[in-house]
Amino acid sequence: MGQRTPLYDVHVNLKAKIVDFGGWDMPINYGSQIEEHHQVRKDAGMFDVSHMVVVDLVGDKVRDFLRYLLANNVDRLKEQGKALYSCMLNDQGGVIDDLITYYMNDSRFRMVVNASTREKDLAWIKQQAEVFSVSVKVCDDLAMIAVQGPTARDKVHAVLADKAQVLEGIGVFFIREIDDMAVARTGYTGEDGYEIMLPVADAVGLWDKLIQAGVKPCGLGARDTLRLEAGMNLYGTDMDEQTSPLESGLGWTIAWEPDGRNFIGRKPLERQRQQGTSQKLVGLLLEGKGVLRNHQKVVIDGLEAGEITSGSFSPTLGKAIAFARVPKNVGDNCKVDMRGKLMDVKVVKPPFVRQGKACI
Amino acid sequence: MSNVPAELHYAKSHEWVRKNDDGTLTIGISDHAQALLGDMVFVDVPEAGRSFEQAEDCAVVESVKAASDVYCPVSGEVVEANEALVDSPEMINADPYVDGWIFTLKPSNMSEFSELMSADEYAEYVASEEE
Repeated sequence: MGQRTPLYDVHVNLKAKIVDFGGWDMPINYGSQIEEHHQVRKDAGMFDVSHMVVVDLVGDKVRDFLRYLLANNVDRLKEQGKALYSCMLNDQGGVIDDLITYYMNDSRFRMVVNASTREKDLAWIKQQAEVFSVSVKVCDDLAMIAVQGPTARDKVHAVLADKAQVLEGIGVFFIREIDDMAVARTGYTGEDGYEIMLPVADAVGLWDKLIQAGVKPCGLGARDTLRLEAGMNLYGTDMDEQTSPLESGLGWTIAWEPDGRNFIGRKPLERQRQQGTSQKLVGLLLEGKGVLRNHQKVVIDGLEAGEITSGSFSPTLGKAIAFARVPKNVGDNCKVDMRGKLMDVKVVKPPFVRQGKACI
Repeated sequence: MSNVPAELHYAKSHEWVRKNDDGTLTIGISDHAQALLGDMVFVDVPEAGRSFEQAEDCAVVESVKAASDVYCPVSGEVVEANEALVDSPEMINADPYVDGWIFTLKPSNMSEFSELMSADEYAEYVASEEE
């Protein structure tokens, strides 16, 4: 038996198919993954993401600490409540994890990191935080529900009617604390919506009310196809400690300016930037039949030249899509070895879909 | 518990076989198999007129989760393929035993048919696989 979120029994009652996800018993779907995917693109769906790790970083020098810890620059966070996506690198410039940091106030930042990397992340963060006298508080008393889709916000406002006015004022990529809840206008689907952090004891109540408001439960299967269409990386498959952000389509998340900011992994990353990387992460689109899968080989001029890191079927496009790590000089077309057959694929720039619309 | 119609015959590789009045066989994949694979997104049906040996791969069903070969449960020649599956592969999920049929076959060796599992045997086989 794996670890269970406060919503586990609810998932079982909803006839979810439960799978092991990094030691957690999580719903992969509640019937049809594809229907759940469309539900989020067209209306509103919700995900139990309580397995993710919410960490509060508290101290007078918390901003200095994060300026050093993260490859993106927290000084981009000027307004209270603003969120920042960043990689956390090791000394070699490899990716320990990708995460979101929220600027709560001048002595407190909140971070949400991946469940699969929980222990190594916390060990690393605590080790680095010591010098800055920043305390690291893991908020295991919080559950998290992501409500996503074009009608998600309206439905949440209807359910949390007494908070609706405050919620309506939350800008894109901002968080707001309201009573014992924190509501962030962030997500992992390419749709508008919220990620709601709330006390464990309140999770089932809110979930049930959201169902009554027409928000459909969605599993991790749909979450994966939604993020892939939206062009968002998945830690552990698209990048890890052996790959740098520059080889993972995440160069945009590195803040090189100002020159003087010393962050962990900066030196090896600068070397790599000067020398140039040999590989990059691209999008692939299969025009023919079949589904691109993780670890299928990319073939260029008859030679194995790269590998699919995340491949799946895009329900919105009705075609298979993928991220692949390929040589930097890849052209507009290449081939993928699919079960022994070489199939033509187009090389494209993700995202594939944003806010319900195809964009390739 | 998956649906195992009593009047059908089953292969260990999870295909079902229906014996038709005209002597042909209709073939598809079981409810258990479609549930394991999840939402179907592509089906490669065999061409009419092609012959297959027993246990030869003759079709591919591909779901969000995995691609899976369909093995010909009895040797013979394909009479007709269910072309509707090309546009609506989800029919295999919705109705694996009726609308989700994959092809019909003119069998060349009916002794192979008689060796297939009955519904009871297949239900037992599925239960033992799940243990």
